Amino acid sequence: MNSKSVKFLTEPLSGSNPVIVQILGICSSLAVTVQLKPAIVMGLSVMVVTAFANLVMSLLRKGVPQRIRIIVQLVVIATLVILVDQILQAFVYDVSKQLSVYVGLIITNCIVMGRVEAFALGNRPWDSFLDGVGNGAGYALILVIIAFFRELLGSGALLGYRVIPESWYIANGGCYANCGIMLFPPMALIIVGCIIWFHRSKNPSLQEK
Amino acid sequence: METLNLFIRSIFIDNMVFAFFFGMCSYIAVSKSVKTALGLGAAVTFVMLMTVPLNYLINQYVLAPNALADGVDLSFLSFIVFIAVIAAFTQLVEMVVERFSPTLYNQLGIFLPLIAVNCAIMGGCLFMQQKVEAGAITSFGQSVVYGLGSGLGWWLAIVMMAAIRERTTYSKIPAALKGPGIAFIITGLMGMAFMIFSGIKL
Repeated sequence: MNSKSVKFLTEPLSGSNPVIVQILGICSSLAVTVQLKPAIVMGLSVMVVTAFANLVMSLLRKGVPQRIRIIVQLVVIATLVILVDQILQAFVYDVSKQLSVYVGLIITNCIVMGRVEAFALGNRPWDSFLDGVGNGAGYALILVIIAFFRELLGSGALLGYRVIPESWYIANGGCYANCGIMLFPPMALIIVGCIIWFHRSKNPSLQEK
Repeated sequence: METLNLFIRSIFIDNMVFAFFFGMCSYIAVSKSVKTALGLGAAVTFVMLMTVPLNYLINQYVLAPNALADGVDLSFLSFIVFIAVIAAFTQLVEMVVERFSPTLYNQLGIFLPLIAVNCAIMGGCLFMQQKVEAGAITSFGQSVVYGLGSGLGWWLAIVMMAAIRERTTYSKIPAALKGPGIAFIITGLMGMAFMIFSGIKL
């Protein structure tokens, strides 16, 4: 792998992160960040869909007329999402129930469409595939960070395992209580806001004038 | 009474933006001025009002288990069918508006194609399907009400957000938080305010 390929993979993790820099794909993602496990599954699903949608559209790019490309893209993406959904239902049914409609919403996830439009239609298949993996990973990274804080502070656990000892809780004579509001939707937005704040103060070039 | 309940619920309690984060991308990107927010909100509400009932009919008569023929369950196709209906309908609206009202077309121009990939609409359709399974939507009329309510909820949210963001241009915001950062935090705070409505019992 040459340095260009590595750049396709690492650039979207921070410098051009799809969620916190390009503000794409927030739509269907934040609701799955109450716990770490669904967030990881969702991140992986988006990564798979983005990578393969990029690959397929890059292979098809010379044969698809300009005018109907959006509908072709939607068909390719929807097919991939149906595959992912069926696989999730078959192997991790409980997580698939937790994700509910959000798996279907990967279709309208702007990251997938955005990368196909901006990258796959003008680049070779292997580069497009790597770009898809990189952007999916950038998305998954943010999801995992949000879910880490929400699960740790909201229910005192990580991946379902208890991190805060039982004896610390008020009920058991301690002085600790879970921060219940972390489990509600608004906190996910505020955590994203804080991540953006942190990220942009480290990278002043991204700040808005 | 149940229909009214569904209507109020879909606007305030199950608000598309504050409870489910649907349509976030265009919500953050297009909420810089009240005027454009009004335009996009109207377009989304209209498309939602039409596509949710349309997809309800397709779901009831084609996709649901045993709907098309006994023993045939096509529900795994619902993603692709719903998105095709939404994309086709958006295209149709664009063509009709362009033909009959060029002024409106120029005003809405850039927003119309955006609607096809607005997750609020796809989300509304998928939730409608889930509500049908759960028995919360039992008739065609209720699906119309649900589509309208969800659209209005999204409209309300984006217009409120645009109004607040117009005011924040005069505020001193830390450089790193300008733009999307503060928009997320404001949305979070508005979401907390909207949590009050979850106490309403109808």
